[in-house]
Amino acid sequence: MSSQVIFYKTPKDLPREEWFASGHRLCAGCGAGIAARLVFKAIRGPTVVVNPTGCVEVSTSCYPYTAWKIPYVHVAFENAAAVASGIVEAIKVLNRKRGKKMHDVIVFAGDGGTFDIGLQALSGALERGHNMLYICYDNEAYMNTGIQRSGATPIGAATTTSPAGKVIPGKQERKKDLIAIAVAHKIPYAATASISHPIDLANKVRKALEIEGPKVIHILAPCVPGWRYPPSETVRLARLAVETRYFPVYEVEYGKVKINVKVKEPKPLEEFLKQQGRFSHLFRPENAHILDALKKAVEENWERLVKLEESGITL
Amino acid sequence: MSAKKIVEPVVKGEFTYKDLPIAAMIPVPATSLEYKTGTWRTRQPRIDYGKCIKCLLCWTFCPDAAIKRLEDDSVQVDYDYCKGCGVCETVCPVKAISMEEV
Amino acid sequence: MARQAQERIAIMGDEAVALAVKQSNVDVIAAYPITPQTIIVERLSEYVANGELDAAFIQAESEHSALSICVGAALAGARVFTSTASQGLALMHEIVYAASSMRVPMVMAIANRSLNAPLNIHCEHGDVMPERDSGWIHLFATNVQEAYDLTFIAFKLSEHPDVQLPASVNLDAFILTHSVEPLTPISDEDASKFLPPRNTIYSVDFDRPATFGTMALPDTYMEFKYQLKEAVERAERVYPQVVEEYARISGRRYWYFNSHMADDAEAVVLVLGSTYGTLKVAARRLRESGLKVGVVGLTMFRPFPEKQLIELLKNAKALVVMDRAYSYGGLGGPLYMEVLAMLYRNGLRIPAMNVVYGLGGRDFRLDEAEAVLRMAIDGAKKGRFDEHVIWWGVRA
Repeated sequence: MSSQVIFYKTPKDLPREEWFASGHRLCAGCGAGIAARLVFKAIRGPTVVVNPTGCVEVSTSCYPYTAWKIPYVHVAFENAAAVASGIVEAIKVLNRKRGKKMHDVIVFAGDGGTFDIGLQALSGALERGHNMLYICYDNEAYMNTGIQRSGATPIGAATTTSPAGKVIPGKQERKKDLIAIAVAHKIPYAATASISHPIDLANKVRKALEIEGPKVIHILAPCVPGWRYPPSETVRLARLAVETRYFPVYEVEYGKVKINVKVKEPKPLEEFLKQQGRFSHLFRPENAHILDALKKAVEENWERLVKLEESGITL
Repeated sequence: MSAKKIVEPVVKGEFTYKDLPIAAMIPVPATSLEYKTGTWRTRQPRIDYGKCIKCLLCWTFCPDAAIKRLEDDSVQVDYDYCKGCGVCETVCPVKAISMEEV
Repeated sequence: MARQAQERIAIMGDEAVALAVKQSNVDVIAAYPITPQTIIVERLSEYVANGELDAAFIQAESEHSALSICVGAALAGARVFTSTASQGLALMHEIVYAASSMRVPMVMAIANRSLNAPLNIHCEHGDVMPERDSGWIHLFATNVQEAYDLTFIAFKLSEHPDVQLPASVNLDAFILTHSVEPLTPISDEDASKFLPPRNTIYSVDFDRPATFGTMALPDTYMEFKYQLKEAVERAERVYPQVVEEYARISGRRYWYFNSHMADDAEAVVLVLGSTYGTLKVAARRLRESGLKVGVVGLTMFRPFPEKQLIELLKNAKALVVMDRAYSYGGLGGPLYMEVLAMLYRNGLRIPAMNVVYGLGGRDFRLDEAEAVLRMAIDGAKKGRFDEHVIWWGVRA
């Protein structure tokens, strides 16, 4: 599968159909809402979405209101990948035995249902090699239940269970690397994407759907109340996240790393951090060491990716 | 079956267990359109069509699909659903959108 | 391999269940191995690997995922099967409730085994009892033939348009799962007539998009659970036509319970599972010495067949309810408490006592069965029991 194939070049190329409808209850300016709209613009045919408990689930499927125009399944919080596995295999069998139409299966899960409680089911599904696209919309905490820390929360961030306290100022642990975990399962395709780069995101979704096997796409989705910034800044913040190397945009195809958005001269990380209330405590002198730890984590991650790409090593 | 038939009995509180679909499933797509989130906003976008270049970025980025893309690729705010977040104003490359108090 | 009807074979309980699942033409099997259910899943994976069964066999990475895979597959329209025991069932608990509340038809074979702690792999009903409130249909087998037959019956009942509920077939760990007993199977042809491909009313279908598994607020939640209550109760009313149809093809007639000499019995012992067989033999011996004892082994535990049990037991003078499980801190074992409630609200003041036995697989022998029956007769004569609950054979 050539990585040069482009499905969409400009916003005009994005399909008009809104498979994810208006009237949902996501916050004004919600990054996950933008992610959902963009992802489901890139479907290529009959599709079913599997969505674990989280912001998107409660906001888009509260009886009697559903924002979905495609078949939608929610079962629980930690089993989206398992439920999707069942749907994938059932459709395959029923297609063979009774001519049921083939459907693409897309999991649309938050970082809560992916990095932590959902990690086992994801690992199992990836290892078993089911033909599904697993998309994680990452707002870096358990936002739906009130902004508690997750394995996707970066070091230093304040959440309601890792508050910026006098003794422990914010989360002290580093963010898990979802793509590294996914790629460790030897899957054909994994990628990160940002809502600030919608054409890249849509192309990755479409490209992934064309690949047979398990695929993972990790999308950064800024959260207005959780990151604490005005609603209009969602896309700007997502862009800054990329431009400061905080959230690198890259793909791993059959183990080979390719950085899609090359950031040669990164903007200072502080520019990204200072716009968010969840990092405000990092600007106090006594927390300078944590700010440094976060900057170090970002730089180390970037260097690692650059070296992986340069070396051409197969992960 | 229409979205109204699913939504109205619940909104009015006039139903029995027999009237509801099995297991809380919703057999009609996009019943959320019955709920006008436009009532949420305290600011709303106004598009200056003199400046608009039909780049479609506002349509691309609206979390609520509250900016409609018309046949000729011009855009129109759907005030039924616009929550007034202001993302459209920030992404417009020619500053054709301004958020105003409701 | 087409099987001729009425050709008796010797087979292990687990293998018999696997055979029934194969003949039921399931579409998806997802399970996680746990002793003593392992033979079921191993046989099924062999059938699939050898092309004898056209289905997807998925070994999940945990039981919670196994049942989740089944729910997803069933929502997509597949006929699904899973199996577990003990810890695995406990791990599935969250999804057990989801499956019934999402009205997903499926069959799960449970190899009834005790729950940790202490770790114990032997026969007990303590694993399925916590699932009795879930809205699943729970059927209990007393021998290998029943484990086989009830699997077909469970699929049919589960998929019935008026029911649409998951169903469990319970078989005692090792005593039934690993015992070789005679089995008269039905033919593949009869099986496919009894169980044609699954008809779904709603499923994952892009041409008729639906949203499954919504959140329901306080204004509607209770009505959806009322739907569940009604569905479980309808299962009790649909059961007779299902077992009637099965009787026509197999020659074996099932009912809400097995009963042996209970119609005119003065003292009746009620039980779930394989102990029914032991009690039957003991009961026959006691009848020979003129003691009017009877035994009832429930086939259907959920929904609880109250009306039919009352009809059968109303003239008994004493009941002993045997439980291979316990509700710690409660009034006794689960079956006992259900029976007490049943007697009370039907105005029957029949003395009843609870014998808790066999926990962790402790053997319950024929001489002990006789002793329990004698205890029941004693209670019938005295018109009362001296204790409510006894733990049989515990070194206390």
